[in-house]
Order: sequence, then structure tokens, then C-alpha cells
Amino acid sequence: MQTSLRAALRQRTAFGLTRGSPFTPTKQQFIRTLVTKKYTVEHEAVSFNDTTGLGTVYITNYAQKSLGDVVFVELPKPGTEVSLGDQIGAVESVKAASDIYAPVSGIIEEINNELETQPGLLNKSPEDQGWLCKIKLSNTSEMEELLSEDAYKKSYES
Amino acid sequence: MATLIRSLSSLSRSSSKSSCLAARLGGARSLATESKSIRRTGLYDFHIENGAKMVPFAGYSMPLTYGDVGQVASHHHVRNEAGLFDVGHMVQTTFRGPTATAFLEHLTPSSLSSLPAYTSTLSVLVNPQGGIIDDTVITKHSSNAFYVVTNAGRRDEDLPWFTTQLEKWNSPEGPGGKEGPVEMEVMEDWGLIAIQGPQAASYLQSLTSYDLRELTFGKSAYVPIEGFNLHVARGGYTGEDGFEISIPPSHTVEVAKLLHKSPVQLAGLAARDSLRLEAGMCLYGNDLDESTSPVEAGLSWVIGKDRKETGGFIGADEVLRQLKEGPTRRRVGFIVEGAPARQGAKIFAPSSPEPIGTITSGIPSPTLSKNIAMGYVQSGHHKKGTQVEVEVRGKRQPAVVTPMPFIKPRYWRG
Repeated sequence: MQTSLRAALRQRTAFGLTRGSPFTPTKQQFIRTLVTKKYTVEHEAVSFNDTTGLGTVYITNYAQKSLGDVVFVELPKPGTEVSLGDQIGAVESVKAASDIYAPVSGIIEEINNELETQPGLLNKSPEDQGWLCKIKLSNTSEMEELLSEDAYKKSYES
Repeated sequence: MATLIRSLSSLSRSSSKSSCLAARLGGARSLATESKSIRRTGLYDFHIENGAKMVPFAGYSMPLTYGDVGQVASHHHVRNEAGLFDVGHMVQTTFRGPTATAFLEHLTPSSLSSLPAYTSTLSVLVNPQGGIIDDTVITKHSSNAFYVVTNAGRRDEDLPWFTTQLEKWNSPEGPGGKEGPVEMEVMEDWGLIAIQGPQAASYLQSLTSYDLRELTFGKSAYVPIEGFNLHVARGGYTGEDGFEISIPPSHTVEVAKLLHKSPVQLAGLAARDSLRLEAGMCLYGNDLDESTSPVEAGLSWVIGKDRKETGGFIGADEVLRQLKEGPTRRRVGFIVEGAPARQGAKIFAPSSPEPIGTITSGIPSPTLSKNIAMGYVQSGHHKKGTQVEVEVRGKRQPAVVTPMPFIKPRYWRG
């Protein structure tokens, strides 16, 4: 009985997962990647992958809209160690140059080389294909300090 | 246009030192609320009704962009069709009297006596040291009547300057006192609307019986437009064909509505800045200031031929000396590789440690898809084709001295 219950539960969990269930399965049974996305008042977003330990950094859709057509993106060198708040690059539109700050501490693992030839990706797909860099977080608790989507929206709507 | 960049610091600051996104995106609002006595042009409500994003500029609340039309789209619309700009913040002044020509020739290096009636010229107000107090467009109506447009951002300097000089001029010992005084009238709250772009003329023509083909670049006339008789000057600040229309306060909104019909699209300060820079035109406060002479600024061409010989204007000693001996620095254009170089970026000779100049305005050009800039370099580095380096965020980038305007102007010369 116990065994079948366990099996049923397992099944349910697996079934749930395929449907994108919000339940977190127990770690011993599944390797499940949890991706959390947080925001900063600097109009950046980080999506943190708890399996890889990498945080992908973006500028927000609101930021790209406000900046207008992005024509140049300056990114840090992979391997650079950065601390929360360090200037790590810049985004240039016709309107303005805006610094990009490290939203979390860690090591720059990868940068989006596509942006060198296609800076417009920041406008077309700001929070997806227009990602800036991936940071291997040195202190994952920093993610908790960042803003939720709602809190971020409130930060500029108020 | 003095403080375009300064006042928009949070939105469209041209600076080698970029600032964080938050300051960019949020700053205008806080600036606006901090400014206590911000002025409005007669078109303020019209801008709001048309979805303008208003920003403080030169003491006025002015439209930066409208609705969802971004700077680049707006810029292209003006280059390809036509745009309407509210420039009612600029200071419109008339000078009248028997010695009006001599008075303005005392204040500027222009040859106004030989300027034909109903013709405009770019000019500069020069201080005793030869520095530019403001750049201005002077329109002659007759030898005793002139219409002068100066920058809103220099209002607090220009008007006292005019007043002080006028008092001296009109004093019993002054030329005005002896041969007849000059009266100055600031046209407070008058509207000034620019329509710019290749479609501007055909659109305006549809509203008037006046044959605009006769109104060539630099000319002005009183043009009947749907019952109004308005002062129309052909020219502008974009490098395109266009008109600047002066309108009495009571009719400004009505005329704006009349002019704002397809293909004419409302355009704000953002597009105005990128358009003027492509056209190689100066923005006072960025590219010109009181320590800069017209010779250094590449504006020797505004100095009348006869004035180069006879002088006789305030600041002439220094200006004529620089004309003869050559200035130590010059304003030139650049095309910059890599990141755009903006105001404040230092200029170097290749691989050389000491800076040779500074960028005063720079943007990625929407028309050319290249980074364009203007700035001052030491004489000797100013020739077309000279290779230099420009520092952006600590990195040197190659740049080349390039003649201005960066685009080919399309003025109507008949």
C-alpha cells in the first residue's frame, strides 16, 4: 500500500511537472531546475538558474523602450570578477549612454557576442535573446535582495 | 538651444560619462518637480493632448517626443517627410529706429547694411573678449527694423546685454542719442513654429496663395495662411528645407492645429538634437560658449566681408586678430568608430598621452548609421581626414576629422 502510494505520488509529481506544476519536487528524486527572475531599480533583470549557479543579466523591456534604438553595447570580459554594483558595461542608444551595473556578485562566465553585430536585439528581445552576460554567483543570497516583478514595476510607476 | 543636453541630462544627456539606467529613465521627473517656475509655451496643452513627453529645457517645459514615436522614427520622419517643432521658447525680439542697423552691427560682426530686406542671416552676439554670448538669426525688414531670434537658454544673459548696450547707445552721447534711438521689443508669448522636411513646402503651399517658390532659403515674408498674415522665414535647424512661422499669442494653437496634418508629424527636442547635429549646427551651451570665438567655432563665415576689414563691433579686436593669425583651436566634425563619443569625451592624437581637444556634441547618426560628433581640437589637427582617438569609458577609439554638415542639406534655393 505504501509502495503504491509512493508510486502514485511519484506519478502525480511527474505528471504535474510536465504540465508545469508549481510544486517543487523533492531533490532526491528529481534534478529540477528552478529559475528565478528578479529585478533591480537600475532597470536590470537577473534570471538565476539554481542548477548551473548562473545568473543571466538583461535590461528590462521598460528600459529598452525608454532608451529607444540601441546602437552599441559594451560588455565585460569573460572571467572578470565583479561585485554587486560594479559598472560592467554600457548600453548606447541615439538618446543616451547608460551604464550597466553588476546586479549580483560573481564571475562573468559568458557574454552575448551577438550584441556586437546586433545591438538591436536589446530592443527586439530585451529579456530573452538580448541578454547581456551570465554571472556565476558568488553569493546566491544576493538574489533574495533583488526586487520581484511587481515591486520593480512599482519602483517606476509610482 | 543652449541647455538641451544639460536640461535633458537624465534622458538624453550627451556625455562621455554615462549614467545608470535608473537616473536616465527616472531623472526627468524629479528635475521637473524641482524646477519651481518652469515656463510654458502657448502650445503646452496642445503638446499634452498629443501625448508629448514633456521635459524641462531652457527654463521651459518642452516636448521631448510624442506618444510611441521614438527619437529615431521622428528623426527619419523629418528627413523623409515633414515635422512640426514648437520653438516658441526661443526669444523673439524686434529692434526699430533710425540707427537700428548700426546698433546691431555694433553688437554683431554681420554686414547688416548690405543685407537685402526680408533676408535672414545667422549671426553671433560677441562679448568684449571676442567670445560668443549667443548665436542668433537676424532678419532685416528694413534698415530701421529687424527681427531677432535668440536662444531661450540664454535669455537671462541676452536680454540684459541688449538692454545695457541699448541704454549706452540711446544716451545723449551715444549714436542713438544723436541720430535717433533704437527701440527694443521682446515679443513675449508669441508662438514660433518650425515645419521642417522635404514635404514642408508642399504642405504649407496647400494653405496659402503665396507662391512659396519665391521664398528661397534665408528669405522671409508675411504670408497669408488661412486668414492669418504670418511672418514666415525659410530656414531652420535640421538641414532640411523648411519654415519658421511667428504667430501672435492668441492664434498660436489654431495655427499649430492647422499645420499639424498628415504628412506633418509633431517632433520634439530629441529629434531636433540629432537632426541639427547631422546638419553640423551648433547648440549653444554644448558647442558654443562665452569663451569661444566665432573664428574658433568655424563661424568666420558669419562675419561680413567689410567687417573683416573695418571691425567696429564689440569684441572685434580679438576676433580680427584670430582671423589674421588663425585660432589656436577649431571646431570640427568627427566620425567615430565603436561606441559613440558624446559631450566631454577627450580627443587625442593617435597613441599620444596629452589630449588635443574635447567632444562637445556626439550621437549615433540615425541617417548615416555612424557615430558623428563635433568638438574642438588644437589647430594642426583640424584638417579633413586627420586620424585621432577619442576616449569613451576609458577606451581609446579611432575617429577621423570629417567635414560638416554630415548630411547634404536640402535647402530651397530656387
